[in-house]
This record gives sequence, structure tokens and C-alpha cells, in this order.
Amino acid sequence: MGWHLIRFWTVLVYLFMFLPIAVVVLLSFNANQFGSFPMTGFSLRWFGELFDNDAILRALRTSLTLGALTALISTTLGVLASLALVRYDIPFRNTISTILIAPILVPEVVLAVALLLFLQFLGIHKSFTLLLFGHVIFTLPFVILVVQARLVGIRRDVEEAAMSLGASPIQTFFTITLPLLMPAVAAGALFAFTISFDDITGTLFWKPGGVETVPTQIFAMLRNSISPEINALGTLMILITAGLPLIGLAISRKLAMRRDRAE
Amino acid sequence: MSAVTLSNISKTFGSFTAVEPMSLDVPEGQFVTLLGPSGCGKTTTLRMIAGLLDPSGGEITIKGRRVNDLPIHKRNLGIVFQNYALFPHKTIADNVGFGLRYRNVSKDDAARRVREALELVQLPHVGDRYPSALSGGQQQRIALARAIVIEPDVLLLDEPLSALDANLREDMRVELKRIQHRIGVTSIFVTHDQAEALAMSDQIVVMSDGRVEQVGPPEEVYNAPASEFVANFLGASNILPGQCIRREAGTVAVDTPLFGTVPVPAEKAPNVPGTGPAKLVLRAEKLQLVQTGQTDPDQMNIEAVVETVDYQGQAVRYFVRAGDTQLQAINMIDTRPFAEGDNVSIQFKPRDCAALPGT
Repeated sequence: MGWHLIRFWTVLVYLFMFLPIAVVVLLSFNANQFGSFPMTGFSLRWFGELFDNDAILRALRTSLTLGALTALISTTLGVLASLALVRYDIPFRNTISTILIAPILVPEVVLAVALLLFLQFLGIHKSFTLLLFGHVIFTLPFVILVVQARLVGIRRDVEEAAMSLGASPIQTFFTITLPLLMPAVAAGALFAFTISFDDITGTLFWKPGGVETVPTQIFAMLRNSISPEINALGTLMILITAGLPLIGLAISRKLAMRRDRAE
Repeated sequence: MSAVTLSNISKTFGSFTAVEPMSLDVPEGQFVTLLGPSGCGKTTTLRMIAGLLDPSGGEITIKGRRVNDLPIHKRNLGIVFQNYALFPHKTIADNVGFGLRYRNVSKDDAARRVREALELVQLPHVGDRYPSALSGGQQQRIALARAIVIEPDVLLLDEPLSALDANLREDMRVELKRIQHRIGVTSIFVTHDQAEALAMSDQIVVMSDGRVEQVGPPEEVYNAPASEFVANFLGASNILPGQCIRREAGTVAVDTPLFGTVPVPAEKAPNVPGTGPAKLVLRAEKLQLVQTGQTDPDQMNIEAVVETVDYQGQAVRYFVRAGDTQLQAINMIDTRPFAEGDNVSIQFKPRDCAALPGT
């Protein structure tokens, strides 16, 4: 009896979480010209219109570029910061670590306003570079957390062995440390990309006039009406943000399997 | 020529002294062991030779070249670590061949040398596998192959046997010595295990609290300990306070309340002055328990009572009381061990004793 009740509740919770998403995906294939029920037939029309809409395509390009650059910069900085924090005896290690992680704890709105005011104080105008800079600031903690955790698990004597055999510290990093760190680096990059791709709060504050990302574009479109295109765009975003990690997972599984077979 | 020379090297971490200034000369081809309990500075010393730690003072030379400012990857050393430290993402062959990538060795040459190294450690068929597919003992053999394939000037071994099971450890000990002997590489071995040190070394450096206590061949360190610490760290010893009353050619007479005057061979009491306080060192395995009245007339003996019996299979360790003094004896079992409370005679040969200066 008790178990039935728990099962029932579990189903309800999952419905509550995923039903709205399912509805969006379902409605994106709706032939009706309003983005809501009832369904009047199956159609790919809204996806077609999506790809004819220049504003949306521009936003998608901006989002993808922004996400990719954020991932690249955040991951690079995150790996370097993790190495410094874990492998070297630097002064104020704990303080630096806290400061780098802090953006997770500070509400995004506060961070967004603070950075904006700071830039105005410096007399710097908003630009794509600054938007990128903002995204790097609050994706960096995620990369550092993931990479640090993995780096702690890589034994120092493995690197020492490589150096004793003649590899310089830089060669050791690229032949030993980085390959062993790769799963965390990939996970960190994916985190950074999806967080940047999804972000709206910070982006609204930081984006220069005329530049829209996918979330801000949707936000702008919602002010007019609920166009069925938004449902199609939503489906596309789910595909990208959920699909990328899944592809990453599949690739890492495949690599692991290839190694197992070699053994 | 010396392969490695340490001149007054020391290491301090803040106000803590890990290694007090020490000097050591390791001749070419020798197997030298740094022996001591954990925290005695032996690993710190090894890491300074390796270039993983900078000495706070002193000079290190390898094959006549000063290496203090030479980074580890230019020192041409082979290091074997306690936990193998194989590269988990590389095959065994790539692990062993790693060092050859940084030395101008052609591909064919490298493949041949990897094959030879794997044959030397008796694992010729594992080249395609990954380290996780091998047992601990096999991984340590691969680590050894990886370290010697580059023909290092010195082989450094940091407790390489400690992570292995007891039986495997003894096999590996013999194996390691065989390989070292075959290729003749100068080796510096760090261990806290006295049995390993005694079995493998040409020279043993006994360390304690960052100080070198004694340097010498195994027999010398074992039979003529230079300090109380050495006497107790290598096997178990009974140390009895007394007085040195005479020093003559060949013997030093040490008077102890328990045994009276014991003539100790002079070479086993190098630091004892002619007269003055001294300590008599009597190894537990040189002290023999016999039935009362069946003593050997050539040996010194006294009466004692067995207090504790610690049965160990082939041998037994007794704690006996003679007067006010508790003594330790380790005897091979001949027929039946003595029992607690037995009255026995304990006997020893004066030539098996050593003496230390007293305080």
C-alpha cells in the first residue's frame, strides 16, 4: 500500500517537472497558427519559419558563438587555476579559491548589476567582448569545481615519474596530466557552454544594443505574442542543451569501451 | 669513481629540520640503502637526489657533475615509486618506452629496447595491455622496466616493495637484486624494512630524526651497531648499562651488574673509551635459553625465569627476568619451547656482544 502511494507521488512529481516541456515539444509540431491547444494536425511549418526568421538565426549564431567562446576561455582558465590551486603552494590559496567559486553563491542579478555599474564607473561601453567576459565569470566556478575534483585524484607521482624519464614540466602536462584530466575538462566545457547558452539574467544586463541571444530573443518575442515559433525554438534549445551532453557521454563511453577491448 | 656524492646536504621546512647536513659517497654500481623509521628523512634525501626537492644547503653531484640546479628531467635518473606510478592511459609498451621518446632513439631501436626490458622483468607478453589489467607485483616490474630502459646514471627506489603482499615482497626482493646485479646500475634504495636492507645492500645508511646514525656494509651495521638506535632498529637487542674497565689489544672488558665482566671484541666497540661508562649490547637471537644445569662451559650464563612466550612458528621470542632485569631472547625451536614460569639458564658468547659508549 505504502509503496503504491510513493509510486503515485513519484509519477506526479515527474509529470509536474516534465509535462510543460513535453507540451512545448508537442505544440512545436502543431499545425494550428496559435501556439496553444488544440492540436489541429502534425506540421514542421514552425521549424521552417524559424529558419526563415533572420532575427532568430542571428540570435542562434550569437548564442552558439558566445557559448563556444565561453566554454573555450572558461575551460582554459579553469584548468590553469585548478593546477595552480592544487599543484602549487601559492599564498592565500583558500582565499583565491573562495573568490573564484563565489560567483555561484552570489545571486546572478546582483552580479549582473555589479558588473554593469563597475563598467559604467570605468567608462567602458557595453560590447560583445564584455558580455563574453561576464559569461566567463560565472561559468568559471563550475569548471574549476569539476576540474579540481579530478586533479586531486591524479597522483603526483605519476607526473614525477614522467619528469624523471625526461619529460619537461610542459611536456608532462600535455602527455600525462591533460589526458588524465580530459573527462573533467570535457565536462567543464559542456557545463560552461550550456550555462552560457541558457543564460538570460546576466545577458539582459550586459548585452549591447542590437545583440540578441536565443533566450533574450525569445523573451523579446514573448512581449508581443506567444508565437508557435517559440515552441519550435524551445524544442531546438532542448535538443542542443540536452543533446550535447548526451553526445559527449556517448563518445566517452565509446572511448572507454575501445580501451577495455584492448585489455 | 663515485656515481653519487652528497656533501653536507640538508633540508629544512620552515623551522623543522627534515635532514641535518649529511654526506655520502655512493660508488659506481653499488646498491646503497637508506634505512630508517618513517619521518627519519630517508625519503626527503632521495627526493633531493632525484631533484624533486631543493636541498636547503650542500651539494649533490652525479657522475662528477653538480646537479643542484639541474631540473629532474635533465638528470637521467630512473625512479621506482612505492605505488608504481604507471601511466594509466598508456599501454605497457608505451609506459616502458616513454623515457625513450625524450632521448634520440629511433623507433626500431626503442621497440627493441622495450622488448628487452620486458624480457628482463619476465613479462614479455603484456606490451599491449593497460596497467589496470596487471597485478600489483606485475605493475611494479613494469615500473622497474620503465626506469631501467633509459639506462639511467642512478636508479632510485622509493620503498618499491612496501605496497606488495608479504610473500610477493620476498620474491620481488630477490628479483630486484638479480636485475640490479645483471645490469650493474648504481642504486639507492629507501626502506623502513631492516630485512630488505640487510638482504639487498652493499652499504646501509641508517637514519633517525634526520641524522645519519651509521654507514656500513650490512654485517658491520648488524654486528657492530654504532648507536643504541641502530642496535634496536636492526633486530632486537638487550642494552645493559655498565662500566668499561680495560681496553687491551683485541678486547674491551665491560663490567655489568648482571653478567660481571664481559670481554667484548675490540672491533665491536670502536667508540668505547678505555675506562668510563659503557653499554653492553647483546642481540636477542644471540641469547640462548637452556635447561638449568645444561649450560655450555664456553659460554657465560646466569639463571632466569621465563615471563612471556611469543610463539612465532620456526622461532620463539622469550622475555625472561634475571634479577631486576628483563631480557629478550629469540631462539629457534628445537624440540619444545619453554613455558611461562620455567626456571632456565640463559647463555651467550662474549664475542657475540658489542659495546657502546655510555652516558
